[in-house]
Amino acid sequence: MSVLVFTENWEGKFKKLSCELVSYASSVAEIMKTNVIALSIGRAEDEELKKLGHYGAHKIINITSNQLTVLDNQAYTKIISEIALQEGSDVIIFSNNITGKALAPRLSVRLRAGIGSGITRLPLSLDPFTVYKRAYSGNAFAHVIIKSEIKILTLAQNSFDLIEKPTGAVPETVEITVDASLIKTTVIETLKQTGKIVLTDADVVVSGGRGMKSPDNWAPLVELASLLKGATACSRPVSDEGWRPHEEHTGQTGKIIAPNLYIAVGISGATQHLAGVSSSKYIVAINTDKDAPIFEAAQYGIVGDAMKVLPKLVDSVKNLKK
Amino acid sequence: MKILVCISNVPDTTTKIKLAEGKASIDSSGIQWVINPWDELSLTRALELKDDIATGIKSVTVAHVGSAGSEPTIRKALAIGADDAIRINSDPSDAYSVAAQIAEVIKKEGFDIVLCGIESSDFNGSAVGGMISEFLGIPSVSSVSELSIVNGLPVVGREIDGGRESIKVPVPFVAIVQKGIAKEPRIASMRGIMTARTKPIRLYEPVATEKLTEVAGLEKPLPRAACKFVDAENPSLLIELLQNEAKVI
Repeated sequence: MSVLVFTENWEGKFKKLSCELVSYASSVAEIMKTNVIALSIGRAEDEELKKLGHYGAHKIINITSNQLTVLDNQAYTKIISEIALQEGSDVIIFSNNITGKALAPRLSVRLRAGIGSGITRLPLSLDPFTVYKRAYSGNAFAHVIIKSEIKILTLAQNSFDLIEKPTGAVPETVEITVDASLIKTTVIETLKQTGKIVLTDADVVVSGGRGMKSPDNWAPLVELASLLKGATACSRPVSDEGWRPHEEHTGQTGKIIAPNLYIAVGISGATQHLAGVSSSKYIVAINTDKDAPIFEAAQYGIVGDAMKVLPKLVDSVKNLKK
Repeated sequence: MKILVCISNVPDTTTKIKLAEGKASIDSSGIQWVINPWDELSLTRALELKDDIATGIKSVTVAHVGSAGSEPTIRKALAIGADDAIRINSDPSDAYSVAAQIAEVIKKEGFDIVLCGIESSDFNGSAVGGMISEFLGIPSVSSVSELSIVNGLPVVGREIDGGRESIKVPVPFVAIVQKGIAKEPRIASMRGIMTARTKPIRLYEPVATEKLTEVAGLEKPLPRAACKFVDAENPSLLIELLQNEAKVI
């Protein structure tokens, strides 16, 4: 028995997300009275790997291979399934992020393991194994029983707090050779913005909607986001109009985010928009229409014109920093 | 080349979800059923590719796992422009069994590119596409926001944290598709609606498979506390509240 947690590393570094995952895995393992094994694919330094032990991993495995520089779903799935079998893992945990969504379903078939995806809490019971997950795009939560022997869970981002539980585990790095015929995808180009906070990682998000009136009005919103060390986002009409890139679209069909603070500026709060942000810990709404549905989802609100309110907010944050 | 687009039947995205008595399912009265939004975008992109003769895409088929009750949604996909459809007569409540059913049909009929939406807006499972690829032992690329055919070979754009990768992948493969793949979903024309009536829906009875998950109950999210309003003339008070009360900045 063991709980296996797949901790992705980004160019050898772990994010808060990885530590959240290990904290969650460690709490699951505690209920199951078993150990946590953290698995990372792609070279990471020992000092970095040891962080996983700080949050409760009893064993830390780092698989490296110079053939595995980018994600290939088939090759990665095979490696993870071999480790899972070798370690006798009965619960396998991923993030419900890009990589987790790519790998968990494949692993599910390989190990004949049922998936609970977008989990937001610890299992409700072990027998039957029942998980609590997001459903209907945040308009409901479902209790799902996983009946298979091995269970795969994907944890919704920012839904579990960090718990420090140092184990002093010593990382094991294993260099492997992958059967080249297994790697069928080839990356031909990578475009990456550096130095920008990734929207799904951000603790603070400042988001603009049609109430911003024009793509030329974004400067104070961007400034507010940067003063709060946050990311910028937008509603669907804004990305459809091309005012902002579609990567920024938050909502049901865009990004699903759960920051600590979501500031919605000039966004009315249609069901589809709320579906993408309703898991935020705090929502602030700034809107001219006091009856806008966004105020029903928000804890703090300002009824007013974004163009007048935003510069004042920027000034107050600047004063705060003095 | 042949494209298969997997579609699921979900409540219209503006639906206010109410739970049925017993709270094991939603109250489906008055619900408008639509093609899952990501599947609709996948279908749109598949049709755009077929419209361009240079891609060599010969046909676009849609596949759906569900009862006869979901045929209006399949007809909608045919009206938008799919050439034909497959319905597998099985209950779609578990991703593993749905994927097993679709994989069986793909084995029989053979498709070069299989498109699946990254999730369905009902159970948000993000599982079926990846599962199909593993059942078939073929490559998959997830979080796909671009798909084109270059010199007869597929090239996909995959989102990564803070960027995008272009990837070459051999057929057959499964693309798990998110926003960006097509700008706007294609809308059925009058002619499309007329011709959809006579387009074939091939019916498959389910193969034996197992369900690994089961929904035991649903609950609604807890209502949030009432909004605290701050005067627009004095927004600095908001910053104070965020710092001292909510403690999020």
